[in-house]
Amino acid sequence: MAGVQLLWRWEGFAVRRDQVALLSGRMGLTFLSPALLFIILFLLFPFVWVVVISFTDRTLLGASAVSPEFVGLRNYLQLFNPERWMRRGEFGYSLYLTLIFVAGSVAGQMGLGIILSLLFYRREGVLKEVMYTLVTLAWILPEAAMAFTWSAFFDRDAGTLNAILGWFGLGPYDWLLDYPLLSIIIFNIWRGTAFSMLLMTAALGSIRPSYIETAMVAGASPWQRFRDIMFPLVRPQFLTGLVLITLWTFNVFSPFLLTQGGPAFQTEIVAIHTYRVAFRFYEFGRGSAIAVVVMVINLILASVYLLSQRRQGVRAR
Amino acid sequence: MTLVKHVLARIGFYVLVAVVGSFFALPLLWLFTAPFHGQATLSVQIPTQPTLANFAAVFRNTFAVRALLQNSVIQAGGAMILTTLVASLAAYALARVRLPGRDVLVYILILFSSVVTGTAAMVPIFLLIYNLGLIDTHLGVILVFTGGLLPTAIFIMRDFVAGLPRSLEESAMVAGAGSWQILRQIVLPQVRPGMMVIAVWAFVNVWGGFLIPFILLRSPDKMPASAATYSFYTESGTPVITLISAYALLYVIPALALYLFVNWRYGFKFFGGIKS
Repeated sequence: MAGVQLLWRWEGFAVRRDQVALLSGRMGLTFLSPALLFIILFLLFPFVWVVVISFTDRTLLGASAVSPEFVGLRNYLQLFNPERWMRRGEFGYSLYLTLIFVAGSVAGQMGLGIILSLLFYRREGVLKEVMYTLVTLAWILPEAAMAFTWSAFFDRDAGTLNAILGWFGLGPYDWLLDYPLLSIIIFNIWRGTAFSMLLMTAALGSIRPSYIETAMVAGASPWQRFRDIMFPLVRPQFLTGLVLITLWTFNVFSPFLLTQGGPAFQTEIVAIHTYRVAFRFYEFGRGSAIAVVVMVINLILASVYLLSQRRQGVRAR
Repeated sequence: MTLVKHVLARIGFYVLVAVVGSFFALPLLWLFTAPFHGQATLSVQIPTQPTLANFAAVFRNTFAVRALLQNSVIQAGGAMILTTLVASLAAYALARVRLPGRDVLVYILILFSSVVTGTAAMVPIFLLIYNLGLIDTHLGVILVFTGGLLPTAIFIMRDFVAGLPRSLEESAMVAGAGSWQILRQIVLPQVRPGMMVIAVWAFVNVWGGFLIPFILLRSPDKMPASAATYSFYTESGTPVITLISAYALLYVIPALALYLFVNWRYGFKFFGGIKS
């Protein structure tokens, strides 16, 4: 939810030795209860309720708002109606766009993250500080402002991107109109690379320098050192990053700020599609059905993550 | 031969750094030049006569000022305080109460919070807030943000609480101090760095958050700066670029300042393996 993001932790679950309780069970519950209330209200309850709504024709206003009717699987059948679900602006089409969007974003973010962490591997200095600050700022500064600077950057006539391409005799391109999906992928790569950069930097930092030095003495080329020594050692973190970024990117809404899902639904990824159905038209029944499908996909991705963590835990032992 | 190779490697390094660096720097450039340019356009122009007139114009716009200095502050500040307090209490309880499987529990919780997320979660959450009568209120926004931030906040906080020595609390207990007293006088002062981290992290998240206020708020006079920025460039026909750029910069500054502060004070890193 809005920047709440997941952790990675490859040491697995720590088991602590039994200790004397410093807090009675009753006081412990008292301290825990506000958090529990929030979690039940805003996490568990929505998860269950959305399933219930998805079987109704609930809307915001009108008769079906007061007494929504049970419609069985109608909303789901509509979503997956083979005749129309792949049309522009329909659910299947937005899933297809999301697939490209996620694949492009994840490849770009992981690729750039690895390149950056390798470029500055065991290097300190101003250059590294500047670069890491820039990449991190792209990640943490407010998305509404960043989307606006990007719409300036992409602008056909005045934008910086076309100005630079112009030096090489290219363009001008109308990025957001003619290449909208590519544009939001580039924007999202820019926005999210910091995570994989920090992750891979931490991972590379945990490799024993002696391994690399031995390889250097043995005459391994940089590529061989990366392929045969570094990458195998950081593969667990790499896979972790891959799954987590996939999960987050799948739910990303910020391209909406750049394109509103247009032109002609060409950037209507699943999050934006859900928004349009549920909050533009206030068709909560149909919106909930979409939400359920999205959450099921999220659950699958989260399970993949958990399974991969468990396998790593076993291997480490 | 090795010298040539070495030089080539250095050149390659700098070329690559320059290319990647430009990719991250160039889109931001505009945000730092346009606001100071009297006739700013969407292009990057170094202002020959830097002016603050654009900022003055922003401050004459009551909608913009209220969004930035009132609504965003209320919402981000409220969620910050609530998240920090609730997470600290919960993290302390989790660290000190004997509860089988609590580590797994927190872990699953965080994972679950990234399953129930984004626009998908907003469908039931909107209805919940609607039925509670909290649509178009600051409180509704604050509660939803807090609910979303809490699992990660508890997780970060646990790392700080776990490092506390138990001996102080044990002696306080022996001396007859109650749980609340121990919490207030012994635990909280010690975990202040952790609370700072949570507070900054929560504030920046809510300050930049767009989706939740965008969906839960209706009236313009409650919109935070994120939604205001967005409405400036989508709904006003031909956007007044001088105004928006100055506003966007003002809006970014708190997040930028907090980042620089955290970076200077603690060094920016994953707290317990968390991203912000």
